[in-house]
Amino acid sequence: MRVSLFITCYNDTLFPETGRAVVSLLEKLGVQLDFHPKQTCCGQMHANSGFRGEAFSQAKRLVHLYRDTETIVVPSSSCVAMIRDQYPGLIDELGNDSLRKEFAALLPRIFELSEFLIDRLGVEDVGAYFPHRVTYHASCHGVRVLHLGDRPYRLLAKVRGLDLATLPNVDRCCGFGGTFSVKNAEVSSAMLAVKLQDVVSTGAEYCTALDNSCLMHLGGAMHRQYAGMKTIHLAEILASTQASPAEATL
Amino acid sequence: MTQVAANHPVLDPVFAATFPKAALPVLRNPQLRKNVAHAIDVIQAKRAKLVAEKTDWQELRSAASAIRAHAIENLGAYLEEFEIRCTAAGGIVHWAADAAQARQIILDILRQENANDVIKIKTMTSAEIQLNPFLLAAGVNVFETDLAEIILQLGEEEPSHIVVPALHINRSQVREIFSRRMGLKDLSDDPQALTAAARTYLRQKFLTIPTAISGANFLIAETGGVAVVESEGNGRMCLTLPRTMITLAGIEKVLPRFKDLEVMLQVLARSATGERMNPYNSLWTGVTPGDGPQNFHVVLLDNGRSSILSKPTERQTLKCIRCAACMNSCPVYRQTGGHAYGSVYPGPIGAILTPQLMQMHHAQSLPFASSLCGACYEVCPVKINIPEVLLELRSQVVNQERKDLARFFDPMYLGLRIANLLFARAWLLHSAQFLGRIGISFFTRKDGWIHSLPSVGGKWTQTRDLRGFPKQTFHEWWAARGPATDPALSKEAT
Repeated sequence: MRVSLFITCYNDTLFPETGRAVVSLLEKLGVQLDFHPKQTCCGQMHANSGFRGEAFSQAKRLVHLYRDTETIVVPSSSCVAMIRDQYPGLIDELGNDSLRKEFAALLPRIFELSEFLIDRLGVEDVGAYFPHRVTYHASCHGVRVLHLGDRPYRLLAKVRGLDLATLPNVDRCCGFGGTFSVKNAEVSSAMLAVKLQDVVSTGAEYCTALDNSCLMHLGGAMHRQYAGMKTIHLAEILASTQASPAEATL
Repeated sequence: MTQVAANHPVLDPVFAATFPKAALPVLRNPQLRKNVAHAIDVIQAKRAKLVAEKTDWQELRSAASAIRAHAIENLGAYLEEFEIRCTAAGGIVHWAADAAQARQIILDILRQENANDVIKIKTMTSAEIQLNPFLLAAGVNVFETDLAEIILQLGEEEPSHIVVPALHINRSQVREIFSRRMGLKDLSDDPQALTAAARTYLRQKFLTIPTAISGANFLIAETGGVAVVESEGNGRMCLTLPRTMITLAGIEKVLPRFKDLEVMLQVLARSATGERMNPYNSLWTGVTPGDGPQNFHVVLLDNGRSSILSKPTERQTLKCIRCAACMNSCPVYRQTGGHAYGSVYPGPIGAILTPQLMQMHHAQSLPFASSLCGACYEVCPVKINIPEVLLELRSQVVNQERKDLARFFDPMYLGLRIANLLFARAWLLHSAQFLGRIGISFFTRKDGWIHSLPSVGGKWTQTRDLRGFPKQTFHEWWAARGPATDPALSKEAT
């Protein structure tokens, strides 16, 4: 199977280890990978900040870039949510017929990582080893737009050595919300404080998620507060083996 | 005096502070935050339990959404039908284009009745048009009869929730207010004692004041009837004892048929208070000789609603049945309570309704008062896609602000414009990543983390660190690593 990675702008810039983990995980599962060097951003930041025109031009660019690819895998639930939930409205309003057609053809070929593993490859056990206590943060867009359901838990359940801790109030937002985190920095911080309390209460060493944006928020507070926890993207846990443990643990 | 003003939030969107500013004092108020979080957690849990027992909840939601959408799409026709039926049943229907007209219509009726005192059922619409201060200034004494509204009125507080307006006040605070204002020195904070005090206070009002004002949960076009649901029975007292009844209702409250209540009352009670059915469901049609009020007026209020109706994405806002499930589920509201919204309509629905009622001239910070987590949409019993409307309103605010030259160098605007240029060309983004890595290195400490940033970045680092930029971006790594490490894969790839 041939897959093109959309690694997303902030993973490319800030969290390349997540991208590298996706590569090693998928190649281990026999997937042939492409990476389009011209990829940039899905437009979520602009769309959520009220810059509709700009968001549309990024949407148009992404649709054109990937029109000839077979399958696209994205290790970020909010970027996939942007494409599934917001592109239709943007393209309907600002696009033309040919773009609408291209998008309609592309949409079913785009997968969030856990969707791809479970729905497309049909695997739950990827042969990972991660001997740590971990709690899973269900990011809002993964829960309410992508309806990921128990997919991440099924993947985590098969990781050797992993001790999964249940996160109280798992579906409550961490307060990131993109530019919300700076436009309403104090409210966002208050939400983060409440979330961090729940996360720390699990006694886990690592908090994982399918979205580095929530993890950047949580991880930033953990580091500031010497909380004794780290964040790690789920892809990095799944790519972790006895021979090559996840970078975050080194 | 200044002390009082400082403690008194401004719930007039024209004068209210922006949301981030108004939220600050609340975030520092432990009592308020505890009261709000506790109250909505309790309601949320009750709601979740009762929704879970309904196996057809999603079908009910769809039905409720369809009924409301149909009513809104055909609002003109149903309002006319309501007027005809209500008039035929002996009611008098008034149309008010805005708040000022509605207030004047109500005052004129009160003058006609020589009413110096009036009792009120809880109505957020009357708070929207700031009816109480207007009537008081005109010499009419207004007495709220809903328990929460009494607390607010006697405590000189503002509502912070649309179903439970005094949710930010706990019972020891209620005891203090009642004891002070009712002159009950030995009042305890036992809920029974508090309600008994309110009951004594209220009975005398019910028995002596013959004029009442209510809101409406629903107007029924088919029958010309009005429905009010409540939990205490004080509303029913107001609906039955007085001689004159004035109902103030937003024009969007209309339902086509009587049987639509079957669906609406089910979703409303579960969503609003976590009950299978509201304890008191009052329905009346016009005037019945010898039974209940003999003079019945309905004031139909537009106040910006027609303008919402004219916009395809925003129109769904009018489907709202004011159950408040959105605010009870909202992680932002949970931290700030209602006052930070500077409007009688707080929470997610307030964040979309208020700026629209202001025709986007005020309350422009409200559409940004959300992390777009979508919890509101998930619980909304009439399926208002609040995040979708928030985004539409955000784009309208940005379009307004962009014209403002002073905004040109606003760091957020500048940053988003530059980012847009970068995202259009990968080589530009890659150059910016390279330069950014050098620039950010000056802020990165030895531990590899950034603890403090200037400008907008400082908004992040005031409570959160940020990991320094990695030495290599993903695309650089990909370009450098060459063919796949597994020979089988690299062979296939070529």
